[in-house]
Amino acid sequence: MNKRKSFSFSSIFRNQLIIPLAALVLLVLFNLIMDPSFFKITLGQNSLGNPVLSGALITILDNGSELAILAIGMTLVTAASGGQDISVGANVAIAGSVMLRILCGRGDSAEMQAPVIVAFIAACIVSMLFGAFNGVLVAYFKIQPMVATLILYTAGRSIAAWINNNELPIVNDPSFGYFGGFIPGIPMPTPFFIAVICVIVITLVLKFTTLGLYTQSVGINESSSKLNGLNPQVIKLLTFVILGLCVAVVGLIKVSRISTINYSVIAKDIEMDAILAVALGGNALSGGKFNMYASILGAYIIQFLTTTLYKYKVSADALPAYKAIVVILLVVFSAPTVREWMSKTFNNLKNNNTKKEVA
Amino acid sequence: MENNKKAGFSIKNMSDTNLLLTITIVIFFVMYIGAMIFLKKGFLKPQTFFNVLNTNAALIITSCGMSLVMITGGIDISVGGVVALVSMSCAVLLDQKGGNIPEAILLALGIGLLFGLVQGYLVAYLDIQPFIVSLAGMFFARGMTTIVNNQPFNVAHEGFVALKDTRINIPGLGSVNKKGVFVPAYIEIGVVVALLVVVVLFVMLRWSKFGRRFYAVGGNKQSALMLGINVKQTKFMSHIICSLLAGLGGFVYFMHVGSGSPSHAMGMEMNAIASSIIGGTMLTGGVGNIIGTLFGVMSLSTIQNIVSSAGLDQAWWTGITIASMLCLFLVIQSVVMTLKKKSV
Amino acid sequence: MKENAVLEVRGVCKYFPGVKALQGVDFTLCKGEVHALMGENGAGKSTLIKCLTGVYEKDQGNIYIDGHDGPVSIKSPQEAQKNGISTVYQEITLCPNLTVAENMYIGRTAGAVQNWKKMNDDADAILSSLGIPAKSTQQLGSCSIAIQQMVAIARAVDMDCKVLILDEPTSSLDESEVAKLFKLMRDLKEKGVGIIFVTHFLDQVYEICDKITVLRDGQLVGEYEIENLPRVQLVSKMLGKELDDMSDIKSEATTYKKEDGASSVFEAEGLCSTEGIKPFDFHIEKGEVNGFTGLLGSGRSECVRAIFGADRVTQGKVKMDGKEVKIQKPIDAMKNGIAYLPEDRKIDGIIGDLSVRDNIVIALQVLKGFFKPFSKAEAYKFADEYIKLLGIKTASADTPIKSLSGGNQQKCIVARWLLTDPKYLILDEPTRGIDVGTKIDIQKLVLKLASEGMSVTFISSETDEMLRTCSRLIVMRDRRVVGELSGEELNQTMIMNTIAGGGLDE
Repeated sequence: MNKRKSFSFSSIFRNQLIIPLAALVLLVLFNLIMDPSFFKITLGQNSLGNPVLSGALITILDNGSELAILAIGMTLVTAASGGQDISVGANVAIAGSVMLRILCGRGDSAEMQAPVIVAFIAACIVSMLFGAFNGVLVAYFKIQPMVATLILYTAGRSIAAWINNNELPIVNDPSFGYFGGFIPGIPMPTPFFIAVICVIVITLVLKFTTLGLYTQSVGINESSSKLNGLNPQVIKLLTFVILGLCVAVVGLIKVSRISTINYSVIAKDIEMDAILAVALGGNALSGGKFNMYASILGAYIIQFLTTTLYKYKVSADALPAYKAIVVILLVVFSAPTVREWMSKTFNNLKNNNTKKEVA
Repeated sequence: MENNKKAGFSIKNMSDTNLLLTITIVIFFVMYIGAMIFLKKGFLKPQTFFNVLNTNAALIITSCGMSLVMITGGIDISVGGVVALVSMSCAVLLDQKGGNIPEAILLALGIGLLFGLVQGYLVAYLDIQPFIVSLAGMFFARGMTTIVNNQPFNVAHEGFVALKDTRINIPGLGSVNKKGVFVPAYIEIGVVVALLVVVVLFVMLRWSKFGRRFYAVGGNKQSALMLGINVKQTKFMSHIICSLLAGLGGFVYFMHVGSGSPSHAMGMEMNAIASSIIGGTMLTGGVGNIIGTLFGVMSLSTIQNIVSSAGLDQAWWTGITIASMLCLFLVIQSVVMTLKKKSV
Repeated sequence: MKENAVLEVRGVCKYFPGVKALQGVDFTLCKGEVHALMGENGAGKSTLIKCLTGVYEKDQGNIYIDGHDGPVSIKSPQEAQKNGISTVYQEITLCPNLTVAENMYIGRTAGAVQNWKKMNDDADAILSSLGIPAKSTQQLGSCSIAIQQMVAIARAVDMDCKVLILDEPTSSLDESEVAKLFKLMRDLKEKGVGIIFVTHFLDQVYEICDKITVLRDGQLVGEYEIENLPRVQLVSKMLGKELDDMSDIKSEATTYKKEDGASSVFEAEGLCSTEGIKPFDFHIEKGEVNGFTGLLGSGRSECVRAIFGADRVTQGKVKMDGKEVKIQKPIDAMKNGIAYLPEDRKIDGIIGDLSVRDNIVIALQVLKGFFKPFSKAEAYKFADEYIKLLGIKTASADTPIKSLSGGNQQKCIVARWLLTDPKYLILDEPTRGIDVGTKIDIQKLVLKLASEGMSVTFISSETDEMLRTCSRLIVMRDRRVVGELSGEELNQTMIMNTIAGGGLDE
C-alpha cells in the first residue's frame, strides 16, 4: 500500500507539466500577495476612441503572443533535430522588412502600395525559404542546428536592412496597425487572437496529420525511422519550414505594432526566449518527445515574469539579470537528478513518519 | 564503418582534429595571400596583420575557452556577457572606487571563476543542458552590467592608461610612412597574454593527461566513464577554465578599449563560437584544436578587413560576408567528414 | 573469504523503481578460473556486473576482493579499476575520436604528462603480441567494430587486474578472433586471473569455462561445475522449466512445395548496393523460409539491406510476383509488402522513448500516410492485439519501449512488421542478445508464418538455429554469394565447408 503511494509521489515529480504549472502558481501567488491590483482588468478607451481592455493580464496575453507562436515552431524543430534555431530573431527582421518593402514600395506615398495580405504572403514565402535554408544545412549537410542557424543569425539583420536599402519605411494607414493593436470595436488585443488561431491550427495539424509521431520518431532514432519508411531529412526540413511560417506571423505582429521597423532591435534576443519557453515546458532540448502545450505555457510564463518585473520598476536593461535567476531556479528544480533526489527525500520522510506511527 | 580494411591514403589516416585544422590553416593563408595580391593597400603592411591580433586579443582568449568547452561536448554562450561585466566592473573599480590594477585583475578573474563555478556545477553535477545554463548566465551577466553602471564611460586612471598604451615593437618589421619615417610594427600587451593562453592551452590539450580527458569526454561520455575518467569533474573543469578565460579576456578587452559600457562585447559569444567552428572544433565534441581556434579568429577578422578595404564598408556587408564564410567552412567540413567516413 | 577466492559477492541486492533487479545474490570467483555467468535477459547478469564495476551502487550486501580485509565499496568505474577489476562490455566503450593507443591507456596511468612515443610503442607491442591488426596511432573510429572490441580487450588485459569481466565480448567477433580471445583467456588463467564470462553462445561456455553460475529473475539459481551440468539442464535452469526438446520445432512445420508455374514472391537479378557487396541473384517462393549464412562481415546483412532498399541500390533488377518493381528506399519496399527487422535492435530497430503502442503502429502508419493518422483507439486496438498474440511482457501499451527487456523489444519490432501484413518478411539476427525462451518463440513464429504462406528470410549467427528453420541457405564469403544449400546438404559440416571454400583455396 505504502509502496504504491510513494510510487505515485515520485511520478508527480516526474510529470512534465509540474514545473511550468508550479512556476505559474508561484508567480500568481506572488502577485496576489504583493499587490492584488495586478489582476485588475479595466475597460477604457484608446486614443482612437475604441473600447480597449487594459491591465497586467491583458499585457501578458498581448505581449506573450509572439513568443507563444514562435514556441510552436521551435518545439517542432527541437523535437526533430535535437537542436535549436537561433536565427528566428534575425528572420523576423527579414520578414518584417519584406512586408514593409511591399507595403511602402519605393515612393513616398501615404497609401499602401499593396494589400496587407499580399505583403504577408510574400513575407511567409521569404521566411519559409530562409527556414528551408536552415533546414537544408541541418538535414542534408548534417550540421548541428545551432551552428547552421548561426549563419543566418549573423547575416539576417544585414539582409533585412539590405532589402529596404537601409531605409526605415513607415506605414501610415491605420488599418495596418490592427494586427499589433486593436481592431475597432473589439476590446481584446489582436495579437492574442492571432496566437489563439495559431494554437488551434497546430492542434488540428497534430490531430489530423502524423506530424507529431514523425517528428518524435526522427528526433529519437533517425536511422530506425528511416528503416520504417520515413524520410528524416524531409521531416527535419519540414519543421524548419513550419518555424519559418511562425516567424512570418510574428514579423507581421511586430511590424504592425510600431508601423515601421528597426533592423537591429526588432525581435532582439527573441530566439533565446523561445528556446527558453521550450525548455521551461519541460521538453528535452536534445530532441525526441515533446509536449506542444507545455511549450506554449512556458512562453506565457516568461511573459508573466517579464510583466511582473516591469511592474516593480526593474529597468528593461537590468531585466535579464532577474530573469536569469528565475530561469536557473526553474531548471534546477526540473533537472532529473534534483527531482530524483526530491522524490527520494519525500519517500524517506513518509517512511519515517509511518515508522514512527508504528512505533 | 565497414569490416574491410584497405591500406588508406594519408587523409584517411589523419585524425579528424588534424584534418580540420589543416583545412582551416590552408584557407586562411590562401585568403590572406589573395588579399595581399589583389587588394594590396594595407595588406602588405605588417602592421595590418598585427592589428588583427591587437583588436582580437580578447576574442582569441575567450574563443580558446569556448573551444575547450566545445571539445568537451558543451557550449557556453555567457562569455560575451562576462566580458562586458568584467570590463564594466573593472572600469568602475578603477575610476570610481579608487582601486588599483592588481585589484582589477583579481576582480576580473574572480568574476570569471564565480561564473565558472556556478555554471560548471549546474552542467556537470546537476546534468542541466549547458545551453540553458549559459543562456541564463548570459542574461545574468548582461543584466548585472547595467546594474553596476548603465552609462558608458572612459577610464582616466593613470596607471591603467599607461598600461593600455604600452606598445611592444616587433624588431625588424614595420613600414615607411608618407613622410619617409620608419614606423615599427607593434603589438599590445593583450596580444602577449592571448598568445600565452594559446600556448598553455595547446600544450595542456596535447601533452597532458588532464587535457586528453576533455577529448575523451567529448568523444563519448559513457565510454569515458567506463574508461575510468571522472566525467563530471572534467566537464566542471572545462566550464571553470572557459569562464576564467572569459574573465581574463574581459580584462584584455578592457585594456584595449579603455572604457566600460553595457553594449561592450555584444555578440562576442557568437563570434567565439564561429571562430572555434572555423578553426575546426566541432560542436558535437571530441574534435578541435587551439591553434585552429587562433586561425579561426584571424580568418574571421581578416575577412572583415577584406570587406572594408574592398570598399564595401556598409555595415551589413560585414554580417553577410562573415555568414557566407561560416557557411562555406561548415559545408566544406561537412562534405570532407562525410567523404572520409565513406572511404573508411 | 573463501581460500583461493579473488572476488566474493554476498547477499547483494539492487532495486530500481518497481523492480527488484537483484535479490540477495551470492557469487564466488576463484584464482585462475573462468566462470560463466548465465541467465536469460532480465535475469540480473548485467546488473550484477554493473554493481561490480561501479556503474551502479548496490543497495545491500557486501563485495570482498582479495587483498582487502573488509568489504569494499565500489562507487565508480575508477574505483573498480583501482581494486583490480577490469571490464570489457558488449557495447564498445571506447572513444572513437581518440587514437587506438590513447584508448588503451587513458584514465589508468599515473603522471601528468602524456608521453606519446612511449605510449605508442607500448601499445604497438601489445597489439602485435595479441595479433590485432591495428596501428597505435590510428583513430579508433576508423577501425572495424571487431577490431575496436579487440582493442577494448587489449586494454582490459594489459591492466594489472585480478578480476577480468567479459560481458558478451564475442558478439561482434568472428571465429578466428574468438579463438584468439580464448587463447588469451587461457594465458591469463595460467597467471591466476579470475575471469567472469557472460555470453549467449552455449558452445563457447562449454569450450572455455570451468564453472557456471545461473541467475534467474534477480535470484541465484546455483553454482555448478561445468562437467556436472549438461546443456539441456543448463537451459532448463535458465528458463526455470523443463525444456520441450528444441529440435522438435521443425517437425511442426510443413515443408514448402513449389506450385508449378507460380512466379517467385521476390526475385532479384544482379542486385548491388553502395556497401560493397558483389552483385547477387536471389529469389524466394511463397511460404519458403530461406537464410543467408556466412561469417560476420561476409555481407549477409548488406544483402538483405539491399533487398529492402536500406542502403543505396546501385544496380540490379527486382521482380515481385513476376512484375518488375523499383525499390530505392525502404518505403518502396514496404509498399511492395516487404518487411525488414534490422540487425541492430538498439540503433536501427526501436524508437526508445516512444511507447510500445507507437513503436508497433509506426510502420503501418507510415504506409497509411501523413494525412491519415490512426485514432488513439485504433492504435490501442492494434497494440493490445499484438501484445497478446506475441506474449509481449509490458506494463501497458503506453510504457516506453526502452524500459522493456531485449527480447520483448524484439517482439515489438516483429509485431510492428506483422501488423503491415507483409508478403515477405526479412529477419536479420532476430535472436541476437535475447534470452533462450524468446529465441524459441521467434523460431516457432517464423515457421508458423511460413506455413500460412508468408515468405521469410532468416539470418542468424547460430547455425543450428538456421538449420532448424530454413529450407534453403545461401552461403556468403567475402561479400559474395558462394553457394546455395538445400535438402540433404543442410548440415553443419556442409555449411562450414562452403563457408571455408571447401578448404582447398587456402
